[in-house]
Amino acid sequence: MTYPLADNAYGDDVTLEPTRAGYGRGLRAAGEANPAVVGLCADLTESTQMHLFKEAFPERFIQIGIAEQNLITVASGLAHAGKIPFTSSYAAFSPGRSWEQIKTTVCLNEQPVKIIGSHAGLYTGADGATHQMLEDIALMRVLPHMVVVVPGDSIEAEKATRAIAENGQPSYLRLAREKTPVFSTEESPFEIGKAYVLREGYDVTLIGTGTMTHKLLLVAAKLATEGLNAEVIHAPTIKPLDEATILDSVRKTGRVVTAEEAQIAGGLGGAVAELLGEKLPTPLHRIGMRDHFGESGAQADLFDHFGLSPGKLTPSIKQFIDQTPKYHQGF
Amino acid sequence: MQGGQLTLTQLGQKANEIRKSIISMLERAGSGHSAGSLGTADIFTALYFDIMNHRPEDPNWDGRDLLFLSNGHIAPVLYATMAHTGYFPLEELNTLRQFGSRLQGHPERTRLPGIEQTSGPLGEGLGQAAGYAYALQYLDNQPHRFVYTMMGDGELDEGNIWESAMFAGKYKLSQLIAFVDRNNIQIDGSTDDVMPLEDLRGKWESFGWHVQEIDGHNIESIIDAASMARAITTKPSVIIAHTIPGKGVDFMEYDYKWHGMPPNHDQAKDALKKLRTLDGKINHEGEAW
Ligand SMILES: Cc1ncc(C[n+]2csc(CCOP(=O)(O)OP(=O)(O)O)c2C)c(N)n1
Ligand SMILES: [Mg+2]
Repeated sequence: MTYPLADNAYGDDVTLEPTRAGYGRGLRAAGEANPAVVGLCADLTESTQMHLFKEAFPERFIQIGIAEQNLITVASGLAHAGKIPFTSSYAAFSPGRSWEQIKTTVCLNEQPVKIIGSHAGLYTGADGATHQMLEDIALMRVLPHMVVVVPGDSIEAEKATRAIAENGQPSYLRLAREKTPVFSTEESPFEIGKAYVLREGYDVTLIGTGTMTHKLLLVAAKLATEGLNAEVIHAPTIKPLDEATILDSVRKTGRVVTAEEAQIAGGLGGAVAELLGEKLPTPLHRIGMRDHFGESGAQADLFDHFGLSPGKLTPSIKQFIDQTPKYHQGF
Repeated sequence: MQGGQLTLTQLGQKANEIRKSIISMLERAGSGHSAGSLGTADIFTALYFDIMNHRPEDPNWDGRDLLFLSNGHIAPVLYATMAHTGYFPLEELNTLRQFGSRLQGHPERTRLPGIEQTSGPLGEGLGQAAGYAYALQYLDNQPHRFVYTMMGDGELDEGNIWESAMFAGKYKLSQLIAFVDRNNIQIDGSTDDVMPLEDLRGKWESFGWHVQEIDGHNIESIIDAASMARAITTKPSVIIAHTIPGKGVDFMEYDYKWHGMPPNHDQAKDALKKLRTLDGKINHEGEAW
């Protein structure tokens, strides 16, 4: 089945909404569906969009104060008592500050605590490096039992929230603060552990996660006008990674690009490099943050500066294609 | 810079100038934190123009007193005060939060001389201040230097604060002087609703600290409390400064919604007018700084 994209996915009129908005709606829906769902927040109720849940279920909302480590340990206790705790903060602080608590009290304990890291990546306004969480994918991906989901848009974030509410596992959901393009539709599939081919091609496989996927769609459209056919894969689940979908594509294209607004070390780029290194060594170009911090600035300036805007992605990907012979196993 | 150069009236005027700069820079930046920045302008004025021994022209002077700003979101008051004391040109305040600026949304040590430590994530300033104070007291034998830190009251929710408080109490770090901006607000509402802090005085006392409570808008009280804190040689000191969030701009005062919002153009105009005519003393119109 071809993945249904929004009619205006490639247009200038593409709908814009922050992924955290989808989370807010998804959590309220998860709360309606299951009375075991409880919401915990660390003094960021509205900006993480947990206020929708709080308004609907005031008796199931718990204010922790500015205490991210306690946020996780209390959630673990609630999970042990049979609840499904969603914990909301900025990703910089949870999992940023609460990592060891997550490792021990959530993952080692195998408690189905949901860690929601909002304001992740570069879409954090002008707050600067301290608030731009770029290491969260790596931090969460190395934890046994942890599921890691990075929704591509607000519609998918809503579906992902519903899905992790019922998966019975420790789960991390990465969200962005700013409005980003909504490229999927209500009918588009979402399943934890699945990656989706949004666009077929044979010259290169472009794998995106989170808000970068839409930029890759624009890049692929641009490349098509130059006679290059890029396959675009959207990987909203970083862990477990959909190895089959990625390997099938790479066998066809022989070249791979990954894109994320995160550190490539340990991020999507790291995950794909590990997969290809073990199962199908293939030339790989990882786009993202290369061992540096972010900084304050307008969104457009930042994405341009770090090479993550479509205008910067296209030449960099084109150069990679030009300089990299197609590699096929057995060459 | 050394104490006693400006009269109390002049210090009050400085605080007002700093508030005007805060409003202007926040409006221009289009994002940032108004309430805590305005609410602590009197304390920052007292610190930088009177209490602290420092040299704006030589930020790394090895005889300096230090300020560790723990609640980094009130960066605008720190930047404005530093500019007014001469660390950098006032015009640079215009670059707050812009790409490439030394004035990052939250202060970064490696970008701007005079910033002692990077902050923004709450709860980390007190421990760093305590580490420095420990070095002064136990390792480097420098009894005449003092380490100041500023914390928000909501920030006191963080466990790291109390770990640091216990450490400072254990080692009787008497060169460590902490301010708490007791403005009773944080992001989700009043501190009482989000996470009650009282008995706050009792908490600090039980951790081995000397505690003073003052009116955080009375510059004389701020200076006196700091003198008292320096005179206490057996304990670390905390000064719980009761402040009004948004102080000086009536439509921001007491309202937690202004924690993380900048004024828009009209609001900034209104605010600057109010600050110019503070106490019925009409200042000249024109640029905020
Ligand atoms: C570790 C951490 N958690 C959460 C935040 C988000 N945050 C920024 S300011 C703030 C409220 C702080 O309250 P307070 O210290 O009283 O400052 P005020 O609102 O009075 O300026 C929060 C929760 C943060 N910066 N760091
Ligand atoms: Mg406060």
